[in-house]
Amino acid sequence: MAGILVYVLAKDGEFNKNSLGAISEAAKLAGQLGGEASAIVVGGDFADDKLATLGAYGAAKVYKVSGPEGLAQPAVDAMAKVMTDNGLDVALFGGGLLGLEIGAGLAARIDAGVTMEATGAKADGGKIVVERPVLQDSQIVDVGFSGKAVVIGRLNSFEPNDGVGAAGAVETVDVEFNDFSLKAELVTRGEQRGEDVNIEDADILIAGGRGLGEKDKFGLCEDLAGALGGAVAATRAVVDAGWYPYAAQIGQTGKTVAPKLYLAAGISGAIQHKVGMQASENIVAINKDPNAPIFEFSDLGIVGDLHKIVPKLTEAIKAKKGA
Amino acid sequence: MKIAVLVKEVPDAAVEKRIDSGTKRLDRSGEKNLNPFDTHAIEAAMQLREGGAVQVDEIVAVTMGPESSKSALTKAVSLGADRSVQLTDDGLAGSDVNATGYALAKVLESESPDLVLLGQQSDDGECYAVGAVVADHLKMPSLTQVVKLEASGDTLTCERQAEYGYDTVKVTLPAVISVGDAINEPRYPSLKAIMGAKKKPLETKSAGDVGIDAGKVGESGSKTQVLGLNPPPQKASGELIADADDDIDGAVAKIVSWLDERKLI
Repeated sequence: MAGILVYVLAKDGEFNKNSLGAISEAAKLAGQLGGEASAIVVGGDFADDKLATLGAYGAAKVYKVSGPEGLAQPAVDAMAKVMTDNGLDVALFGGGLLGLEIGAGLAARIDAGVTMEATGAKADGGKIVVERPVLQDSQIVDVGFSGKAVVIGRLNSFEPNDGVGAAGAVETVDVEFNDFSLKAELVTRGEQRGEDVNIEDADILIAGGRGLGEKDKFGLCEDLAGALGGAVAATRAVVDAGWYPYAAQIGQTGKTVAPKLYLAAGISGAIQHKVGMQASENIVAINKDPNAPIFEFSDLGIVGDLHKIVPKLTEAIKAKKGA
Repeated sequence: MKIAVLVKEVPDAAVEKRIDSGTKRLDRSGEKNLNPFDTHAIEAAMQLREGGAVQVDEIVAVTMGPESSKSALTKAVSLGADRSVQLTDDGLAGSDVNATGYALAKVLESESPDLVLLGQQSDDGECYAVGAVVADHLKMPSLTQVVKLEASGDTLTCERQAEYGYDTVKVTLPAVISVGDAINEPRYPSLKAIMGAKKKPLETKSAGDVGIDAGKVGESGSKTQVLGLNPPPQKASGELIADADDDIDGAVAKIVSWLDERKLI
C-alpha cells in the first residue's frame, strides 16, 4: 500500500474543514498501512506556503494543479494523473457533493472500488477496510477492496487535527485536461440565496421541513423560536423550494450545528440532514409519520400534527416563562 | 435531441429493507416500485420536450435489473417515455456502483443519447454516484443534484446547491445530468397512459448484446466486497409521544416538562 491521496476542497483562499479532517484520517490510516498521506488542490491559485500548511494536518506532500475549481471532472483528471504517476492506490474525500462526484468519476477512471458515506477506515492485514452505515443507518457494513480504493467520507466524520506533521512539500503538477472535462463551465459559485441569518451561534434551533406544508407556515417555527429565545433553521428541501434562506440550511450542503436544543418540525430526518445536526445535545422531533427516520435519533419524538402542536407549545412556553 | 432516462426498480417504500446475511446484499424480495427519485428525471425530460426551447425527438427509459424490473420501465413509459430498454443478465447480479455504472454506460452507448438524465439517488442504495461513473465511461460532462435545468441549442444551464451555496454551471451536450427532487413535481400518469404503457416498445438486452466485458461486472467483477455486517452502536432510545393528536394539550404539557427538566426553557 503505497499511499493515500486526499482531495482538498477550497473556496476564497480557505480549505474546507471536512477536507482537513480527511487529511488527518488519511495520515492515521497511512501510518497503519506503512505509507504516507498526500493532498491535492486543484485551482484556487494558492501560494505554496499556504499549501504547505496542509502538512500540519498530515499531508507529507501537497500536489498543486492549475485548473478550473469547483467542478468535478478536471479534479478527476488531476487525481488520476497524480495517483498513476506516483503509484498511489487509495483516494480519500471528506464528503460533500463535489467529493461524491469526483470520487465516483475517479473510481471509473482508475478502475477502483468506491465506497461513499464512510464513517471510518482502518487497516486490516495491510489492506484498507471501510465502515459504511446503510439503510438509514440501521446497519453498518465493512467494505473491503480488491485493488485500488476510493473512499468518500460522510460529512463531519473525520476531525481535523493540525498537530500531525510539519510543512508539506509542495509539488506543482501540469495536467492536460480531457476535452469532456472542460465542457462544464462554472458561471457562478456559492451564491447565497435569501437573507443572511446567523444560526451557528444559537443555543436553541427550531428547524422546519417540508412537513410545514407551505412557506408561510415558517411563522410557526419563528414564533416558537421567539418564545424559546432561539433561531430558525431549515432543510435543503424547503430552501430549494424558496421557503427559507440558504444561510439557515442544515446538512450536507448547508451548515453543521450542535445547539443545546434542536427541535425539528416536519422533518423526516434524511441522512443528508442528520449529518448536520446529530451532535446536538437534545433533539426533539415532531412529525406526523411514525416511520420518519428522525425518530430513530431523537431524544423526544412526538408523532402528531405540528400545525396543531407547535402553536400550543409556543403559548405554553410563553405562559411558563411569564409565570 | 434524444434523451435517455436511467431508472431503477427498488423495494417499495413501505417494505422494511434488510440485508440478507448470507449474500450480504440487499434483500430485494417483496413489493417493488420505480425509484421515486427517478420520476423527477422523467418529468425533467418531459418538461424539456414540452418547453419548446429544444426539440426532443425521443425519450427512452433505460434500466438494468432482473426480469421483474420491466414493471419499473412500464411505469416510466406511463410517465412519458416513448419506449424502454432493459439490460438484464444473470452475470450482472451483485455489481457494485462502479460495475453498475460501467454496464449502464455500455447499454447507453448503444442508444447514443444527447442527454442522459437520472435521479439524484436510488431509494435503496443511497449512492448518489452512478451518474458520475456513467459520465466518465461515456466521456461526457456531468453534474449531479441539479435543481434547475434550461436548454438552449447544445447548452444546458444548470443550477444546483453545492458546499458553499448555489452554483450555476453551463454544460455542453452530450451530457449526463442527475436531478435533485426539488427540480419539479412529477405528474401523475393518466389512466390512458397507464393502459397504453404496456403497448410501447420494450427491448431486452443481455450483457453480450451491448459488449459488456463479463470480467468487469457482477460480484466477481466488482472491486468492493462486503466483508461484514454489524449493528450500529447502541444509542439509548429516546422517549416517544405517540398519537399526540388524540390529546394535544397533554402532549404539549409533556413536551414543556421534558424541556423544563433539561433547563431548556
